[in-house]
Amino acid sequence: MIAFIIRRFLQSVLVMLTVALIAFGLFRYVGDPINNMVGQDTSLQEREALREGLGLDDPFVVQFGRFVVNAVQGEFGISYRHRRPVEDLIAERLPATLELSIVAALIALLVGVPMGVYTGLHREGFLSRVFMTLSLIGVSLPTFLIGILLILLFGVVLRWLPTFGRGDVVDLGWWTTGLLTVSGAKALIMPSITLALFQMTLIMRLVRSEMLEVLRTDYIKFARARGLANRAINFGHALKNTLVPVITITGLQLGSIIAFAIITESVFQWPGMGLLFIQAINEVDIPVMSAYLCMIALFFVIINLIVDLLYYAVDPRLRIDSTVVGRHG
Amino acid sequence: MRFRNGILAALAATVLAFSQGADAKTFKWAFQGDAQSLDPHGLNETFSLGYLGNVYEGLTAYSANLELIPALAESWETTSPTTWVFKLRQGVKFHNGNDFTADDVIFSWKRTLTEGSDQKVRGALIKSITKVDDHTIRVETPGPIPTLARELVWLYIMDKEWAETNNAVEAESPKEADTSGKFASLNANGTGPFMIVERQPDVKSVFKRFNNYWKDIKSNVDEVIFTPISQDATRVAALLSGELDLAYPIPVQDWDRLTKADGVSPLTGPEARTIFLGMDQDRDELLSSNIKGKNPFKDLRVRQAFAHALNLDAIKEKIMRGAATPSGLMVAPQINGHNPALNQPYAYDPAKSKRLLAEAGYPDGFELTMDCPNNRYVNDERICQAVVGMLAKVGVKVDLLAQPKSKYFAKVLAQNDYDTSFYLLGWTPGSIDSHNVLQNLLVCRNKETKAGQFNLGGYCNPKVDELSSQIGGETDPDKRQELIDAAFQIHKDDVGHLPIHQQPLSWGVRDGVTVAQRADNVLDFRNVVLP
Repeated sequence: MIAFIIRRFLQSVLVMLTVALIAFGLFRYVGDPINNMVGQDTSLQEREALREGLGLDDPFVVQFGRFVVNAVQGEFGISYRHRRPVEDLIAERLPATLELSIVAALIALLVGVPMGVYTGLHREGFLSRVFMTLSLIGVSLPTFLIGILLILLFGVVLRWLPTFGRGDVVDLGWWTTGLLTVSGAKALIMPSITLALFQMTLIMRLVRSEMLEVLRTDYIKFARARGLANRAINFGHALKNTLVPVITITGLQLGSIIAFAIITESVFQWPGMGLLFIQAINEVDIPVMSAYLCMIALFFVIINLIVDLLYYAVDPRLRIDSTVVGRHG
Repeated sequence: MRFRNGILAALAATVLAFSQGADAKTFKWAFQGDAQSLDPHGLNETFSLGYLGNVYEGLTAYSANLELIPALAESWETTSPTTWVFKLRQGVKFHNGNDFTADDVIFSWKRTLTEGSDQKVRGALIKSITKVDDHTIRVETPGPIPTLARELVWLYIMDKEWAETNNAVEAESPKEADTSGKFASLNANGTGPFMIVERQPDVKSVFKRFNNYWKDIKSNVDEVIFTPISQDATRVAALLSGELDLAYPIPVQDWDRLTKADGVSPLTGPEARTIFLGMDQDRDELLSSNIKGKNPFKDLRVRQAFAHALNLDAIKEKIMRGAATPSGLMVAPQINGHNPALNQPYAYDPAKSKRLLAEAGYPDGFELTMDCPNNRYVNDERICQAVVGMLAKVGVKVDLLAQPKSKYFAKVLAQNDYDTSFYLLGWTPGSIDSHNVLQNLLVCRNKETKAGQFNLGGYCNPKVDELSSQIGGETDPDKRQELIDAAFQIHKDDVGHLPIHQQPLSWGVRDGVTVAQRADNVLDFRNVVLP
């Protein structure tokens, strides 16, 4: 168990170092940082002095080491565009993105799982066919288009929901939330559905196929033979057994929800990290870009690690296998 | 429980804000980006300066029709060609309550000359300022500068005491990282009709009416909420849904939608910006061409051939949906010095173009690369694509390199040694005067004086240089116009650049809202009247 965790952890560190190298590469190769800092009248001597002051003359390894040490402490420098520490900017924008992502993940789960169960149980039903067709649309339409269509329908034609922004937010000091005001909650509806739609259809299709598989197994047949109620079989035995892969996928998808929020955020002008990142690209704001890159990688790595550990805890076979391996090794 | 009380208080505050909002007039608008910084001297860029023009003011200002009007200066006179005496307005207050005096003007001018300033060129128009009394100053210029009062529109005045207290004595450039302060980039204290009460860069700005403003303005707006919305589709949808009173720019292809929709209409007019093409006439060999050992653009016939190959009417009809004004001059009709008699574009004549190329020794044309921005001007990339197609018809094979503006400008500007052979650029003279165009775009490049800094192709004719410096010092309007005409005529005969058109201003406005659409694409809250 401990060897497994340590191995996983070391892999995670390696991934983070690789991403940090790419993020650091942004500074080195997307233009000369000095050019971004000085006016056009600055003399060569002043440029050299600044270069030395910032330690840009040091060997690559030393500079990279410094970058990693700072990054570990959460310091990514000052945003060229906002003139504030990047970590402050991210802390300001993080609540908006996390709120959106978590609501989207909940929608995806709470709607996707029941739809999957239903379509799994009633394979030929009319409603199942409707769900399956809709899910095909959800998978194949790009997020951008879904967002624009929702805006057109609910924002422009029906005028039920706001078309952009986060509405009024309540500042709790360490967190800003839109869930506590009517306009904030209304503003959350369309972006979260847009973001959830792809994951929702994915979960639905996954649950459906898992259900179909499980329903064919011997222990379900045995349960039926025992005369258990349909309800107990479907939800007590079948669904429970489908959930292991669902948990894995959902966990992994949470990372991509956060990362893919970029598109949804830019369609709805949602003031989260994704929008910050898009604007940073337009302005070639390298400190923000590299911090975002590192942070998303960190999210993925942490979620992966947790999922691996959960999987290990949930699935007894994995545990046995690894102890066997451990004994032989 | 304390937590819940906090929520209740927050809710109560929201409700309160709403009930106040019922009688207070709130103007909501959106643009595609945000002001880069609140520092009035940090960046010389149209949108940032226009946005700040509601908060800060210069000695002079532009009216809705771009006429020069007095602002913080009540009146001014020239006592010699290089001496100006400004009478400053009395009783003007800054937002923090401080009085506006001559010291603030002198301080602000000196601030434009500091390291982080992007207004150094404007600051350099003044040699010295002497304080005669608290509300009179004498300004000396290095040479005669008849357009000084126009240039001062964009030189905003800060409160000396406020800047000193907050360690903001030096201009703060948004281009710099951590080498200068940041207080003035994030806070504002001007004399304008609106104060910034809340600002989250790239998310939202809230302005409140300043009750002690010195002038009666027609606006009835109490509060302004500005949101940058970068996606065109979202911006248009937000306007259509009634959440905004004004949004710009609106893509020209969406004008129909706005016209057909209830409650909103497009507001359009010609912008003072001229879009043009430039050619590298400086290098002995083009950086990106199959012709080695010589530069085809040094031959007048090749430049003429390019001019006659362009079908400006087709660009207007097919790409700009009829909403552009084809141009034969480097300045728009709104610009001081524009002469309609010279504005006839080069005739579209591909046969003549081919003949000229053959005469110049390129019967089969040649190849080169064109640089083009793709998110700076209205339909910029599509214009470039059309140009590529038109040139292909006369045998010139053009590779198009269209990039976002940050990459494009980084490649073609002086800082990168003008790395381009053929490019598209747009220009609005900030002083609304032709001399600005001559001085920045048409005179020979000079590293010392910074003249011709945006003459990316290095067009150079000493006669134009001479005329330009005469124009700079000429105070008689008729004589000045003659000199301007002469300079533009020479440039036109030389085919120094290829003017294309004035692009349209494209705003969308909610019905009942009155605004003034200035030809420099600046939204002045002073002219906004809500129903």
